Amino acid sequence: MNNPFNFSDQQLIQKARELRIELIETLSHAPSGHTGGPLGMTDIFAALYFNILRYDPQDPENDERDRLILSNGHVCPILYVTMAHAGYFPNEELLTLRKLNSRLQGHPWNRALPGIENTSGPLGQGISQAVGMALRAKLDKKEYRVFCLMSDAENQEGQTWEAMLFAAKYHLDNLIFIIDKNNIQIDGYIQDVMPIEPLDDKLRAFNLDVFQMNGNNIQDIMYILPHALSQIGNRMPKIISANTILGYGVPFMENNFAWHGVVPNHEQAAEALSYLRQ
Amino acid sequence: MEYNQELQLTFDAKTESTRDGIGKGMVKLGEINDQVVVLCADLPDSTRVKEFKEKYPERYFDLGVAEQNMAGVSAGLALSGKIPYMASFGVFSPGRNWDQIRVSITYSRANVKILASHTGLGSAEDGASHQALEDIALTRVLPGMTVIAPSDSVEAMKAAIAAASIPGPVYIRYAKPAMPIYTTEATPFTIGKANVYTFGHDITILSTGITIASAMDAALELEQQGISAEVINVHTIKPLDEETILTSLRKTNCFVTIEDHQVMAGFGSAILELVSKHMCIPSELIGMQDSFGESGPFDALFEKYGIHKNNVVSAVHRVLDRKKL
Ligand SMILES: Cc1ncc(C[n+]2csc(CCOP(=O)(O)OP(=O)(O)O)c2C)c(N)n1
Ligand SMILES: [Mg+2]
Repeated sequence: MNNPFNFSDQQLIQKARELRIELIETLSHAPSGHTGGPLGMTDIFAALYFNILRYDPQDPENDERDRLILSNGHVCPILYVTMAHAGYFPNEELLTLRKLNSRLQGHPWNRALPGIENTSGPLGQGISQAVGMALRAKLDKKEYRVFCLMSDAENQEGQTWEAMLFAAKYHLDNLIFIIDKNNIQIDGYIQDVMPIEPLDDKLRAFNLDVFQMNGNNIQDIMYILPHALSQIGNRMPKIISANTILGYGVPFMENNFAWHGVVPNHEQAAEALSYLRQ
Repeated sequence: MEYNQELQLTFDAKTESTRDGIGKGMVKLGEINDQVVVLCADLPDSTRVKEFKEKYPERYFDLGVAEQNMAGVSAGLALSGKIPYMASFGVFSPGRNWDQIRVSITYSRANVKILASHTGLGSAEDGASHQALEDIALTRVLPGMTVIAPSDSVEAMKAAIAAASIPGPVYIRYAKPAMPIYTTEATPFTIGKANVYTFGHDITILSTGITIASAMDAALELEQQGISAEVINVHTIKPLDEETILTSLRKTNCFVTIEDHQVMAGFGSAILELVSKHMCIPSELIGMQDSFGESGPFDALFEKYGIHKNNVVSAVHRVLDRKKL
């Protein structure tokens, strides 16, 4: 299986811009949900769906597909927007986000829509599920890779560390975690609410193969992700600390934890779109 | 006593724990189904998946003391095609990992089987912290969850095997004490189908799990007092075998339930929920009456906390008195 797009860096940069615009339009129509995290993770989603992941939106259950597990489920608006652009469902359906009878639930449900691999919302749970899927690939000698997107605040959950121990014990080198390191959670900055640093050292101490990248820079993402993937076979789970900026691309949202769980009103959306369309 | 001959029950007073039955069932299942994998949180011996571990080491995964991760990893395995059985004590699973069971397993419709040993007062000397007396309540409220409490070791073996053949999450609660074995290899076992052990017309006694012995002993004593009791083993608490239960209740017009669990939100409550839609009849629920247990020999605990044959007999008398009113 291949990536159906195989975009160049230039095309990915353009796609990320389109996704951010669609995201703001979708959220301001909803109009509830999370804005900051999705904007910060847009570049990573663009790189994964339009270059890295091996999948076929027409054959979403194909057992050879890479698995994209979203553990920080609250950022799902960017998952939905990206999936629509990747061809899983029509863009118009994005207007149903959070509405009655919609497949686009406020937090993702694996049974709602083919292509959504896991149910999340309660933080920490996707990480263990990703581990289970990676273990299954090893048991059945499958080539698929498991990408697990997670947030920095999830490192405060005990379950996360249980899962990391397990991943290292069973040498799940086909498992790639990407941490959205925006240093923000609901109640403030991570270092004020409950510090997690030195995170990379902790992860290394758990026997993970640790990488770093600028999660808002396509060139860097497209350098580090393939590099990490080239290490499959080294018997170590991979974890990429992706430094991101919450609200990236919309100056008045950037690095402001007030934008974790709210959506822009009409004027704010117009202003955000004017920045993104520049 | 008019026993149900079709069930080919035995009364030779042999005893064994339901956990030993689960252990045997898992070994057989491992042999006939290579998609079955077992996960355990550092309790393979106590939960009796140890023999599976020894026979099929490549299909056994110990997560260490990490029940939340166990539920999540099981979900991930199930969602990619395996049939995981995850084993621990009931107090930890679903006690510790209920959120993961709720979201990663039941809401996700992951085909995970949960083996919970050390349920009920049977964890005896370990004391209240280790006696799962709330797990039926925790699991039966989850949409899509099948809940089974095998009554004896032979039935437990069958339940472990049968769980793999129905799609979706299944919770099996079992226990440590050696209890009388009534069922035989020949006794039919179908998930969701209750078994009527004795036919009677005065009262229905509904039991789930290892309290079947108290129910059967009570029926014998009641018979000597001229009271004819219909004893039903309701091994599947969810979904309930509504037809068998209602047919009996329409005949006897009163009932007593017994369970090794809190009566609140447990098995008896499930029966009341069913009955409330169909009839208005006197009843009583036997089980833990809103208290924790404590350390002690298992028999003594059943006696102290009112889950004994004598409690069934006296409850039957009270219910029959109310029926006469
Ligand atoms: C187990 C659990 N506890 C609490 C919450 C509520 N909650 C949602 S997001 C969040 C933390 C936000 O921080 P982070 O995950 O880093 O996301 P970001 O704001 O950076 O997008 C919390 C506490 C939850 N979803 N799950
Ligand atoms: Mg964060």
